[in-house]
Amino acid sequence: MAPTTLGKALNMGLRKAMEDDPKVLIMGEDVGKLGGVFRITDGLQKDFGEDRVIDTPLAESGIIGTAIGLALRGYRPVCEIQFDGFVWPGYDQIVAQLAKMHYRSQGRLRLPVVVRIPFGGGIGAVEHHSESPEAYFAHTPGLRVVVCSNPVDSYFMIQQAIATDDPVIFFEPKRRYYEKGELDTSITPEPMFQARTVRPGTDLTLVAYGPMVKVALEAASAAEAEGRSLEVIDLRSLSPLDSDTVVASVRRTGRAVIVHEASTTLGIGAELAARVTEECFYSLESPVLRVGGFDTPYPPAKVEEEWLPDLDRVLDAVDRSFGF
Amino acid sequence: MTTESSGDLATGEPAGASVPLVQLLTPDGERVEHPDYEFDGTDEDIRGFYRDLVLTRRVDAEGVALQRQGELGIWASLLGQEAAQVGSGRAMRPQDYAFPTYREHGVAMCRGVDPVRLLGLFRGADQGSWDAEKHNFHLYTIVIGAQTLHATGYAMGIQRDGAVGDDDGAAVIAYFGDGATSQGDVNEAFIWASVMNAPVVFFCQNNQWAISVPLERQTRIPIYQRAAGFGFPGVRVDGNDVLASYAVTKAALDNARTGNGPTLIEAYTYRMGAHTTTDDPTRYRVAAELDEWKAKDPVSRVRTYLERNDGAADEAFFAAVEVEADELATRIRRETQEMPSPEPTSFFDHVYVEDTPRLTRDREAYAAYLESFDADAAAVGGH
Repeated sequence: MAPTTLGKALNMGLRKAMEDDPKVLIMGEDVGKLGGVFRITDGLQKDFGEDRVIDTPLAESGIIGTAIGLALRGYRPVCEIQFDGFVWPGYDQIVAQLAKMHYRSQGRLRLPVVVRIPFGGGIGAVEHHSESPEAYFAHTPGLRVVVCSNPVDSYFMIQQAIATDDPVIFFEPKRRYYEKGELDTSITPEPMFQARTVRPGTDLTLVAYGPMVKVALEAASAAEAEGRSLEVIDLRSLSPLDSDTVVASVRRTGRAVIVHEASTTLGIGAELAARVTEECFYSLESPVLRVGGFDTPYPPAKVEEEWLPDLDRVLDAVDRSFGF
Repeated sequence: MTTESSGDLATGEPAGASVPLVQLLTPDGERVEHPDYEFDGTDEDIRGFYRDLVLTRRVDAEGVALQRQGELGIWASLLGQEAAQVGSGRAMRPQDYAFPTYREHGVAMCRGVDPVRLLGLFRGADQGSWDAEKHNFHLYTIVIGAQTLHATGYAMGIQRDGAVGDDDGAAVIAYFGDGATSQGDVNEAFIWASVMNAPVVFFCQNNQWAISVPLERQTRIPIYQRAAGFGFPGVRVDGNDVLASYAVTKAALDNARTGNGPTLIEAYTYRMGAHTTTDDPTRYRVAAELDEWKAKDPVSRVRTYLERNDGAADEAFFAAVEVEADELATRIRRETQEMPSPEPTSFFDHVYVEDTPRLTRDREAYAAYLESFDADAAAVGGH
């Protein structure tokens, strides 16, 4: 076991998947010689060759569309979208083609395509480099959508995503790429499409995913100092959305706060709040609250820290929940 | 212009390095003739170009330096592309309109945009603070190629306004790079401009690299030759030659403004710096390539020409340009360092023409939330 960054864990997971299955391909802009702008594919072209690690032309619709063709031919392409805000030229191919092929072929055609998207803010970038578009994909039946939050999950989830026979949109918290954790590659991973309780508690359920898991854990620690026991759940899978784990928790705690960077309106939190309300109505001590990005375009970097949910805003929501 | 391209496919050379291009000023500073294009300006105009080139390069260097010192989040250097930008920018008339990428700092300056405005975007203080309609210079577009369609639509508007068809007509110029030519949007823009006969000039700065991806991964033929397939003329110009860039762009804009439709200009140049300050080109390209292009430097050839021709420019002229560049650098450095960050609640502004009730409520709630910290701090201070 060794301390490994989240980004390095992804790199190791991709390498393992390529070793295990010769049909696995990597494709995207700058993924080859450069190893990707975040170096997630570093060294893979050198070791697996240009046929398996493809520097593509600069065309996202082309990346997804040709990945669909490669998948029809039996390959398992892993596409890198360089930044969240650059996925939109490929959105048509993802939503109108990738998501529906299995359904409209009555299950005859499978598209085991993984689309990796570094997402979220907090890195001081210019526009289109800090967005959280996960709800657009989670809203689309036929796509599976997962988010990793730590090195262990990153290493295993990327392999599980590649092994999945449905298309998977794989979100990576780019602001956490350099955060380290102990990675034991010999363990048996948990199933990917399940939420995980990352900190047990009794008084309130705090739900997060991706970059906000760290913030949620910090909030739980801060709340403990005030005598409040917060249970923190890392959703991990947004589609299918494992609301059962959340519901079970809220039935015990009676309170829920959901945190994400994406704009609040019609985000993952909205769906989860609806499900919790439906299934925990008689257990709830207060309304389900959401802490998200505001309902504005992502702002200039100089004010992004004010825009993004942070420790104070999460604790403020916790206070409001207990104030009901 | 010739259309020899088969040699490229045969040799596998990167998209026609040997294809002839329009050149009016050689790397050695010699004026040369071209059968189709001539520079119709004076030595005074060339002195003006020299000044533009030097100021542009200085602003760019200041951008890199300010990023290194933490004053900017990132900077996209145009080093090496000054002549393509100044030549094309100066070829525009006041009524013409430019749609830039995020690297057109030289064009911006030609359009009268204060370079401090450019730096604000890279500092993260705003997302484009200049008045696009005042300068006829659109906001920077970061998503690759998207602006080529905007340019085409704007040109269709010019047609519908009846502002095209004679020598006083208006035209549009769309900037993009070699990488962008792979995007669907750019190819759709070519089609639209062609079938609409829109007054738009597609100005591709082929700087050979899309971050780490070389030209041969975007095209197997010289980029300018693609225009033929879409049904309009294409021309390759020496993008490091400000005179040729000016002459070719002026001709294309005039062609567009008089109602003769689009042109694709491939300005053959080189990105001498990194893609942006976060990029490390030593990972993917060799130093010899840079040396080769240094010998074709767009600024030094103009200086050589001016120095060589008695009376074109004297030492006092060059010294004055240096002083002006120093002063400009000092000013933009100071104004960048002093640039205020926006107020936190400002990110609620301008989402719509009029706020929705929800936005108004969110802004007020957030302001109250922020004030609660001040109140807490005051309470703590009071005890």
